[in-house]
Amino acid sequence: MSFNILEFLRSLVTLTTFDYLRDIWADNMSVETIEFLLDLIGVFTVSTFLLLIVLFLIWLERKVVARIQDRVGPNRVGGRFGLLQTVADVLKLLTKESLMPAGADRLAYNLAPLLTVMAALLMWAVIPFAPDVIGVDLNIGLFYILAVSSASVVTLLLAGWGSNNKYALLGAFRAVAQLVSYEVPMVISLLIPILLARSMYMQELVGAQTVPFFIVAPVSAIIFFISALAETGRTPFDLLEAESEIVAGFHVEYTGMKFGMFFLAEFISTLFMSALFATVFLGGWRFFGLERLETFGRLIGLVVFFIKMFAVYFVFIWIRGTFPRVRVDQMLDLNWKFLVPLSLILLLVVAVVDKLIPVGAGPYFRAGVHLVSNLVVGFSALEILRRRAVREREAHESRLTEATEARDELVVEGAH
Amino acid sequence: MMTQQIIFIVISFLTLLMAWVVVTNRNLFHAALALMGSFLGVAGLYVLLEAGFLAAAQLLVYIGAISILIIFAIMMTRRLMQTTETPFNSQWALGGVTALVLFAVIVFVILQVWPWQPGAEPFGAAPEVPEAVLQGSVVQLGRALVDVNQYVLPFEVTSVLLLAALIGAIVVAWPERKE
Repeated sequence: MSFNILEFLRSLVTLTTFDYLRDIWADNMSVETIEFLLDLIGVFTVSTFLLLIVLFLIWLERKVVARIQDRVGPNRVGGRFGLLQTVADVLKLLTKESLMPAGADRLAYNLAPLLTVMAALLMWAVIPFAPDVIGVDLNIGLFYILAVSSASVVTLLLAGWGSNNKYALLGAFRAVAQLVSYEVPMVISLLIPILLARSMYMQELVGAQTVPFFIVAPVSAIIFFISALAETGRTPFDLLEAESEIVAGFHVEYTGMKFGMFFLAEFISTLFMSALFATVFLGGWRFFGLERLETFGRLIGLVVFFIKMFAVYFVFIWIRGTFPRVRVDQMLDLNWKFLVPLSLILLLVVAVVDKLIPVGAGPYFRAGVHLVSNLVVGFSALEILRRRAVREREAHESRLTEATEARDELVVEGAH
Repeated sequence: MMTQQIIFIVISFLTLLMAWVVVTNRNLFHAALALMGSFLGVAGLYVLLEAGFLAAAQLLVYIGAISILIIFAIMMTRRLMQTTETPFNSQWALGGVTALVLFAVIVFVILQVWPWQPGAEPFGAAPEVPEAVLQGSVVQLGRALVDVNQYVLPFEVTSVLLLAALIGAIVVAWPERKE
């Protein structure tokens, strides 16, 4: 087959470009070479797209948070809506002097920003964008994501230690402690979709969601969402770098674009968490069977996936605009005393309930039973918390009354 | 198969190089980083053997947990940037004997399959695994771990061991009650 520009454009729209290129190149290249070239093109496209969309994400975040707080937000550079504000900011970062603190570990200091961005990009390899449009459909899909995200924690230590600054090091400790703790409920809450879909393939996880897992297992979705907030260090868990209270954290010694790269990685991983939530709990590219259409099915799937992903991303921004920051002890208590036990119990309940449902049951019946058991677990957890809070308040009040009475007695004695 | 062999050689070389750095570098933090690189190389070998689950577990457990624990331990116990240590300590004789025994075991295992049979796998190349086998490999691994005829006993013993470690950690960290 020879190259035809119209055919090529058509394949771009229907997202079958790779099949088209395979056809064209089949005549004069070996299969291995073609696959290698296609892999390169795929990696290049996805990472360039992600690095560029961060420009839009930062603008979106500033604009939305500004609207929530009754401000205008960026409105000067690039027309009425300040669309080019981030471009200007990036240019500023790029032209800034690149400093290296005295006594810094050259290797660790320079490697850390690179590795952070690399780890953030690596995880996108297994995200299904549309039916059959996926980097690699690994047989351990979700597990791969967890492995990469847990290994990426190392880069924070590299940055903190390499800077030769005690505040950076303390910041790195703080960050690693939070990320490692919240990994536990995140892993357990992701086990529930795996259990429901009986597979770790990302495509099969999407395929199993006749009823989205957000409805089948809402409690696990909420646990995952909270841990995702903490894993990306966003409000209300942004005490790692709380701008208004403490020095920035592990990246305090970085300047210019090296500093920018940490931000880049943060936005890419936030978008990734939205994509993961959309894939695992909202049914990914599924939209009432429309994605199975003959020609434009893949395109519809892609659009649906992006709408879902950005809906979740919007909630991330919404929370940032409305919630106050938690204290460090509250952050740890919420994780170890609430999320971890709740997710463990939930996993147990879901596994047992799933076994109890008769084999021939339809997807809707199955989903209903799981939903009920989830709600029971969720609401009983909240009820236990409420009772404890009431008890604590009463204990506090009785202590107060005692103290007041003791003081009154003293006052009376003093009067005599 | 040529590509696979080149990748195998590169990965093994990097793994060994990193391991060499671990035992010779005088800067403890750099040694810990090199240890991570070595672990990463082993994960790469697992990928070459089409054992994706093991590779991810290697990444999750060895780099994501154990290495970070080691780095925390180094950072909390040494003076920060001046962590130069002598690579020898009082246990070098015992360590040497262990290394020798391990080397003997590895040589023994290799001699079991040496020399290569004609028609067997070429050097450094993993056997071709059909896609269908790969797809079910994680499920099979899961079943094998809880199968009475396979690994259920080691699996349960390991979980008891881990539970004991967990309880131990809590007991150590428990604040002492005042009398």
